[in-house]
Amino acid sequence: MSCIDELKYEVLLSQCSFKEAREYIKNNFKEVIEVPPGYRIFDTFLIGVPPLFVGVEGEDVIIPFTKPCYGTYVMRIKGGEEIEKLRAKR
Amino acid sequence: MLSADGMIMESSGEMAPVTGSGRRVLILLGCPEVPVQTSIALYLSFRLRMRGDDVVVAGTGAALKLAKLADPEGHYLGETMNIDRCIASISEGKTDFDLCFAFAHSDAGIAYAGTVSYISKAELYLLLFGRGAEDLAETVEFDCIKLVAKAVHNPAPLKKLIDEVID
Repeated sequence: MSCIDELKYEVLLSQCSFKEAREYIKNNFKEVIEVPPGYRIFDTFLIGVPPLFVGVEGEDVIIPFTKPCYGTYVMRIKGGEEIEKLRAKR
Repeated sequence: MLSADGMIMESSGEMAPVTGSGRRVLILLGCPEVPVQTSIALYLSFRLRMRGDDVVVAGTGAALKLAKLADPEGHYLGETMNIDRCIASISEGKTDFDLCFAFAHSDAGIAYAGTVSYISKAELYLLLFGRGAEDLAETVEFDCIKLVAKAVHNPAPLKKLIDEVID
């Protein structure tokens, strides 16, 4: 299910709370797009309590990624087609 | 699957008398590192199925392994499902539930429960447990009925709360 594990990613913040991840994305990226919980990106369904933000910077997207036993990570991943899909949501 | 005599048949066992409430209930497990979760999940599933609810237990591979090993003939657990597959199915509108009992002893558990609160029409009961249960309860920012107990090894406080909400 979680294809993120198969992608090249950079971890920007690790094992934080979802709220910390949300604030980090909101405060560190100029382009921030709000998506609903369960939003599908890279074949993964984002977990989180609204508001759930995804950042866009250059060719990358910045997402919160929550794992039940490890908490939330903020990850930078090459966005590809996902960037246009995100921008269309605005 | 229902047999002719009104019992739910499991692939690994049989039992659970059915009165057929028509309710679909999701039990959403968190990380299984706090001992009471598995015990309470089995008890909760048993109570729900005994009143005729159709139960799906969703969790990580480890959480489901622990529960399934304790219930080898499938007397207590209902259907089981990977937690992320479950979120995907609800998000895509392929399935939904009338009730959800979500277990949380960490921020990640709250994030999963908050996701269900948004994507599902289910009435949400949030079981907050572990040493930091009370502090964790204060961080919840979505609509749900909170059942809070500082339970780590002793399942009795959570059992009591469950008995109060299940008729």
